Amino acid sequence: MKLTGAQILVKMIKAQGVDTIFGYPGGATIEIHDEIVRHDDLRHILVRHEQGAVHAADAYSRAHQTTGVALVTSGPGATNTVTGLASAHADSIPMVVFCGQVPTGLIGNDAFQEVDIVGITRPCTKHNYLVKDPDKLAATIQEAFFIARSGRPGPVLVDLPKDIIQAQIEFTMPEEPNLRSYKPNYKPNKKQIHKVVEMIKAARRPVVFAGGGVILSRSSEQVTRLAKMAQIPVTTSLMGLGAFPGTDSLWLGMLGMHGTFRANMSIGHSDLIIAVGVRFDDRVTGKISKFAPHADIIQIDIDPTSIHKNIEVQCPIVGDCKTTLEHILALMEKQDAKDLAVDRDVWLAQIDQWKQTMPLKYEQKTDVIKPQFVVEKLWEITRGQAIITTEVGQNQMWAAQYYHFDRPNHFITSGGLGVMGFGLPAAIGAKAACPDRLVVDVAGDGSIQMNIQELMTAVENCLDVKIVILNNRFLGMVRQWQELFYNKAYACTNMDKAPDFVKLAEAYGATGYRCTDPACVEETLKKGLDTPGTVIMDFVVEREESVYPMVPAGGAITDMLLV
Amino acid sequence: METSRYLLSILVDNEPGVLSRIAGLFSGRGFNIDSLSVATTDDPVVSRITMATTCDAQTIEQIKKQLHKLINVITVTDLTEKKYVERQLALVKIHANPEKRAEILRIVDIFRCRVVDVGHAHYTIEISGDSGKHEAFLSLVKPMGIVEIASTGAIALAREMGK
Ligand SMILES: Cc1ncc(C[n+]2csc(CCOP(=O)(O)OP(=O)(O)O)c2C)c(N)n1
Ligand SMILES: [Mg+2]
Repeated sequence: MKLTGAQILVKMIKAQGVDTIFGYPGGATIEIHDEIVRHDDLRHILVRHEQGAVHAADAYSRAHQTTGVALVTSGPGATNTVTGLASAHADSIPMVVFCGQVPTGLIGNDAFQEVDIVGITRPCTKHNYLVKDPDKLAATIQEAFFIARSGRPGPVLVDLPKDIIQAQIEFTMPEEPNLRSYKPNYKPNKKQIHKVVEMIKAARRPVVFAGGGVILSRSSEQVTRLAKMAQIPVTTSLMGLGAFPGTDSLWLGMLGMHGTFRANMSIGHSDLIIAVGVRFDDRVTGKISKFAPHADIIQIDIDPTSIHKNIEVQCPIVGDCKTTLEHILALMEKQDAKDLAVDRDVWLAQIDQWKQTMPLKYEQKTDVIKPQFVVEKLWEITRGQAIITTEVGQNQMWAAQYYHFDRPNHFITSGGLGVMGFGLPAAIGAKAACPDRLVVDVAGDGSIQMNIQELMTAVENCLDVKIVILNNRFLGMVRQWQELFYNKAYACTNMDKAPDFVKLAEAYGATGYRCTDPACVEETLKKGLDTPGTVIMDFVVEREESVYPMVPAGGAITDMLLV
Repeated sequence: METSRYLLSILVDNEPGVLSRIAGLFSGRGFNIDSLSVATTDDPVVSRITMATTCDAQTIEQIKKQLHKLINVITVTDLTEKKYVERQLALVKIHANPEKRAEILRIVDIFRCRVVDVGHAHYTIEISGDSGKHEAFLSLVKPMGIVEIASTGAIALAREMGK
């Protein structure tokens, strides 16, 4: 059967179970877009900027637990995907980005809208391809999806020259990919499993530290069982929020630079850390030599490069988090329950004392709204059920601290790269994946302006997202650093010249509300969440509020600045 | 940390862009490449890269793991952990004043090199051996005045087991 390259592309994308593509056309993709709209079972969401398409595909992937797909044109369309790819790469999100390219005969000639996007994105993708042989098109697409979602997931880019898309190609469905140079190892070493259980039995002050790998491998249930069985308190990285119920008594709160006092202190005093699906990012470890000075570390990760990279570990296990935890749990079940939790009451009492003396706190007075109060009320009103995306900065940290995530895949943030402008397109992607769920972007006044054009995408496609702006008229997180470490020299962080967000919402056909009075926060949230369609809620908050606790960059995580 | 020289033998898919992925990995992560040599093997779809690098023990672990993580890398062998034969080829052009010629030829003889080009003012010498031999040879001919050098990177293969 002969098909065009465009037909093969669409066929192969659909064969992967994909039903939604975020895209933006150009000269190099006209045939592909023309083919897509002929398929009722494949939805194309036309974004307003290619960066938005990639962030939306990223969030779609997380909310739907499948592989997100974006499609853009050559040249500027392709270069606009770089930030989104780098973010997905840092967060290990499975995603495939297709981009148009000039015809193969023109490649290398500095043709109009030609860029070497494979060269540009090599360091920010898991892998990438330039398809030069029409007969390899189908197999390459299949391989791209396979690589994106297997092992440690990540984004893959496929560059598609226009002549390949136009070619008439004899089509047969390719075999399942079998790459001799890529065989991720999912099964853990049995000997190490025994060692883990022995280490748990010997520990008196253990802590589970879970990360994004737990979410990706869908092992939050296993983490929770392990914690409960051995009465081990749990902390997570920013990417791990939701891996363990945020309302459970064993929950310590987030770890790291803006982690809770008790989470950071627990790591500082722990004698055993069970690290699952984490990479010990510097935002979590602080000063490496002072990180967990008394603890042995067990590290479970599918990616061998994550192990021994920043931190020495005593018990490394390369394997899928879920499979590995299942093995550990099976062996734990054979033990006497009390051997797994020796002296745990002493440890838990100590942690409780840290919690009592230094909880997360802020004071809501009657004159100005505190940003934390807005997030806390949002959590109460939505009963913790919303999917929360965030922008970057203080808004992101307050969302992480005050919205207590009980389930995985409900907190969608650009963790590793920290991309301002992520939250709105991400909310759109999450809403496309989960149309029945409430999706809220917790935003900053600076970040929301970075991809504000996507309001039109939300409105056009009836992807109703709710945007909560914590409007401090500052690039708040940078201002906070200036306040604490640069003598309050607020260079270039003042944002008091800003659009009227209510009118802006209206200009896009959405609804806008403004709230300046603490007494009206709850009412505004309820009204905004209940209003059909896309809504901006502009909360004018305390200008110089800071995120606490804070570990100064490079300091030990137990040396926290507290309010 | 203490650094030493490592020699890696890397089998990769013989495809465009693979070398760039490897070079990019090294530059992006601040690893250092001392020398590099690439050619196809008897299997035309596979190339062998021999790479020498100087670093500490923790860094070489990361380098090996990161190389392995590249989709187009088939195997990574650390020859430094094994017995291996190593060769590097160099052409060395040196000043050959009449009064120095005899000594040059004596050194060439001792090192079992060959004179491959003779001119009025210069001799060009071909030397093949491991990096130690090259260093020793160069230190001896340096006082006579080296005009220019062209050198390949090291190539190496593991010895048969037990040897
Ligand atoms: C694309 C991008 N540019 C710059 C930064 C650096 N940066 C980090 S947080 C921040 C301030 C964000 O301001 P706003 O969105 O108002 O959030 P706030 O911290 O005030 O809540 C900046 C500029 C970034 N993370 N991303
Ligand atoms: Mg702000």
